[in-house]
Amino acid sequence: MSFDVPADRRYLESHEWTTTDGDSVRIGITDFAQDELGDVVFVELPAEGDEVTKEGEFGVVESIKAVSDLVSPVSGTVLAVNEELFDAPELVNEDPYGEGWMIEIEPSDESEFDDLLSADEYRDQIE
Amino acid sequence: MGLRKPPLHETHAERDASFTEFGGWEMPVEFDSIRTEHAAVRESAGLFDVSHMGEIRVSGPDAAELMGRLTTNDVAELDPGDTQYACITDEDGIILDDTVVFRLPDGEEPRSSKDGSAVDSGGDPQYLFVPNAGHDAEMYTRWIEYRDEWDLDATVHNATEEWAMLALQGPDAPDLAAEATDGASRDIARFDATFLDVAGVRSFTSRTGYTGEDGFEFLVPWDEAETVWSAFDCQPCGLGARDTLRLEMGFLLSGQDFHPEDEPRTPYEAGIGWTVDLDTEFVGRDALERVDSEGVDERFRGVVLQQRGVPRHGYEVVDADGEHLGHLTSGTMSPTLGEPIGLGYLSTEQAPPGTRVRVLVRGEPKQANVVTPPFIDK
Repeated sequence: MSFDVPADRRYLESHEWTTTDGDSVRIGITDFAQDELGDVVFVELPAEGDEVTKEGEFGVVESIKAVSDLVSPVSGTVLAVNEELFDAPELVNEDPYGEGWMIEIEPSDESEFDDLLSADEYRDQIE
Repeated sequence: MGLRKPPLHETHAERDASFTEFGGWEMPVEFDSIRTEHAAVRESAGLFDVSHMGEIRVSGPDAAELMGRLTTNDVAELDPGDTQYACITDEDGIILDDTVVFRLPDGEEPRSSKDGSAVDSGGDPQYLFVPNAGHDAEMYTRWIEYRDEWDLDATVHNATEEWAMLALQGPDAPDLAAEATDGASRDIARFDATFLDVAGVRSFTSRTGYTGEDGFEFLVPWDEAETVWSAFDCQPCGLGARDTLRLEMGFLLSGQDFHPEDEPRTPYEAGIGWTVDLDTEFVGRDALERVDSEGVDERFRGVVLQQRGVPRHGYEVVDADGEHLGHLTSGTMSPTLGEPIGLGYLSTEQAPPGTRVRVLVRGEPKQANVVTPPFIDK
């Protein structure tokens, strides 16, 4: 089975992705992660204004069979959360890199991005 | 120690199933998605490989006595081809395992190609019981030790790796089974069992299951499992859907909803006191008679969360003031209801059905209602 790993973003070993748009960084989980979890039924996310820290837990995603912590790839302040997921958690399965995004943050330390994996490095990890 | 594998392991791998360790077996947990597989069983039909279930055959002149003294229900009630749900309890009445006991039909030996044991039933009743995954060796030893201690004349044979077990479940199961058996499966009443040719393979077939739906379970000779598995054109299902289906019915999962060390419970606490016949003699009977007359402090109940969250094994249940009421042993998001449901042991007095409680989900109290399972109408 092959999984989608878009080249336009960076990854964390624990299967989160980031994309940068101006000053804001969007975070979600990868296609591989959603497939491993199976049917996602619940997502718990921080509130706007909360601080998240690099490699710290910022929420929880639950499928029918498993509970998994969400880990932040970088530190920063939460600008937005994807509230659609509260009523439609299945978006994480259907569109993990699009409508299934989780939070947007304003990063506090740009140098933290250097530690993230490229798409090729992440693909090597899951294949 | 390596994991035991069902005979269809390779077939499932080729079908892109994902696997999980369960009771020492590597079993398919998901073929497509739990939600898809669950819906198939509720709406049409699904096929499960449950070869991790044990099979132990008991025969000989004292077979009935040995079975009766090691299970809580009344084995003497069973006619040939009958099945019976029962508990296996210790001296304190604690459930070691739950099981289905079959009295085998007269006149046919349950013999698979790998079964080397020589048995002449000589007209005595013969039984087969089905311990849960990973319990077969323990129960085989238990039966042998008690047989010897009581000086009974019975043959005990662990046939777990001679028989694959397949479960066909769902409203379309009767039609699918009839096609594969030339209609013969239609004559099997609920909870009865007989030997039938299924796709040409002699299989011990019972109208039983663990989903709340109509359906059949087939004991198939290990080497011929593939023929029977491929005879049914329906959704293959893994242990993930098996768990959500049984949860909606409030059926107990051995080792999780009760466990002799981690969750020691009597049948009365577990809500299956009806499997205990105190008019029979069995290990644990006297302890259970006391429990029956004194009542139980906690009982197996269902909870339905009214707030977002998913109840899980080990979560605490409290009242509005935070006082402890019990804990959950199982939980999921019900695919049928779209509601979070849980099972667990709650205070008999303080949390009867209808009580509003709080389930602590990662420390956060979530409102929930106590109910009597099943969660769905069946």
